[in-house]
Amino acid sequence: MTRLLKAVYTIWLRDVIRFYREKTRIVGMLGQPLLYLLIMGTGLSSSFRMSWGPGEVSYLEFMYPGIIGMSVLFTSVFSAISIVWDREFGFLREVLVAPVPRWTMAIGKALGGSTIAMLQASILILVAPFIGVKLGPVMILQLLGMLFLIAFSLTSLGITVASKMETMEGFQMIMNFLVMPLFFLSGAMFPLRNVPPWMETLMRADPLTYGVDALRHIMYAASPARDFLVQFPLGTDLMVVTAMSLFFITAGTLAFNRTE
Amino acid sequence: MNIIEVRQLHKTYKNLTAVEDVTFEVGEREIFGFLGPNGAGKSTTIKMLATLVRPTSGTAIIDGHDIVSQPNRVRQAIGLVFQETTLDERLTAAENLSFHGMLYNVEKRTLARRMAEVLEMVELSDRKDARVKTYSGGMKRRLEIARGLIHYPRVLFLDEPTVGLDPQTRNRIWTYIRELRDREKLTIFMTTHYMDEAEHCDRIAIIDHGRIVALDTPANLKKMVGGDLITLRTPFRKEVKRFVEEKFNLAVQEPGDYLLMEVAGGESFIPVLAGELGGRIHSISLHRPTLDDVFLKLTGRDIREESANGRGALRSHMRWRR
Repeated sequence: MTRLLKAVYTIWLRDVIRFYREKTRIVGMLGQPLLYLLIMGTGLSSSFRMSWGPGEVSYLEFMYPGIIGMSVLFTSVFSAISIVWDREFGFLREVLVAPVPRWTMAIGKALGGSTIAMLQASILILVAPFIGVKLGPVMILQLLGMLFLIAFSLTSLGITVASKMETMEGFQMIMNFLVMPLFFLSGAMFPLRNVPPWMETLMRADPLTYGVDALRHIMYAASPARDFLVQFPLGTDLMVVTAMSLFFITAGTLAFNRTE
Repeated sequence: MNIIEVRQLHKTYKNLTAVEDVTFEVGEREIFGFLGPNGAGKSTTIKMLATLVRPTSGTAIIDGHDIVSQPNRVRQAIGLVFQETTLDERLTAAENLSFHGMLYNVEKRTLARRMAEVLEMVELSDRKDARVKTYSGGMKRRLEIARGLIHYPRVLFLDEPTVGLDPQTRNRIWTYIRELRDREKLTIFMTTHYMDEAEHCDRIAIIDHGRIVALDTPANLKKMVGGDLITLRTPFRKEVKRFVEEKFNLAVQEPGDYLLMEVAGGESFIPVLAGELGGRIHSISLHRPTLDDVFLKLTGRDIREESANGRGALRSHMRWRR
């Protein structure tokens, strides 16, 4: 048992060390969501008024949890994609020949990606006061827990995709046809209301929708506008995200097992 | 005791037979070489033994463990150094080693001691905290060998360990390999397509088209080809030819403006010849049979060309003349 935990820990540690070694990656990963928040949030909220609710919720408040969800999505999927890099540069083989079962690799990788995604999201949580969102310590802990769950499921999804990829050429495809749709349909930028039925169906099928919804539940738990901001009960959100985590980590492990 | 026992190992990919019923044993503390051109099945064999590729049929026992049914035990008992680097270049050398130790479940205190030991051996102790991307090709290879040893393997597999390295680095790597065999009671299994490198092995299996065509010590393999060749240049070819044939009872050929003879123990024959002929000769040169010649004789092809064509025989003649 200790042997297996040690293997999971090793894979996790490597991802974390590599992350803090790369200062440009850290800057880039923090800069992107902050830019979205600053430019899109400010720009859109000055031209849009929330057409529903009591009118006391700003667009920025609506979008803020969505941007955190976005940063978790991007970071998680990119961390998982590093498997393809490892394959190209050979290190993956060092891991694949080690005398430990493959699932330890998949889990170590999923935990590594989740940790990095959470670190990044934590920094975004720090800007809450500037958005006008008040967060207590308990709320922050709940948020971190939720973020971890979302990140874990999305990294696992990324691992499943990455273990099928031989080269980085498919990377752009994944961005355009997986990551961006997941983001746009998640309700991060606009609510799941007043949209055509086909779109609503897609949004309901996007697992990230429930993650972002859960974040809003936690952030605006005390706000009178909460019921206007969220779309599903918190229980539904939690169940969907947990089920998604279990499903994708299983799929990721199986995909990893077949890698030669 | 044999540490590796290979039994009718066979690997077929769709319509290609990569390895065909290969059977051999490797003894403990032996340096065993797999010699053959690219695509002969060397890498496939090493991958099967390292449990990376499943054999189509047959199996092998390494340190008492079956490669098919006990892959994790086999993995723990072997160290692997591949042709292409498998280091994480963004991490330091020490981090690469310690991650390996953790994956192979080496106990913490043992690991620290072992890391210092292997780094010392490959002379990288002073660079251990530098990132691997700043290393030269030779340093990376040395680090990789060091990493393969972290978990005290019984057998070290080296796939083309010195390919692309300068001669000085190659010599150094060979020094480490022999040192390891002596100090760690390690068995070395390596593949190569460099003939001069195969000379370092205790025994060599020559592999071609997925089959072992010969297996013996380098000296015995070379005996298959015959004796040493002596080339003699002299203005008095006729006289000298007759003299040598009568005095030493040797067949002397005159393929061009020089004389050619085959003798056993050529290096001790040269002083005798020079003493007898004195100032009548311009030069004497000696060509000892190499593994190149062995490969050529066994397969009809030159290993360095890596492609068979009808000019093999002509080329061999050209090489005799050199």
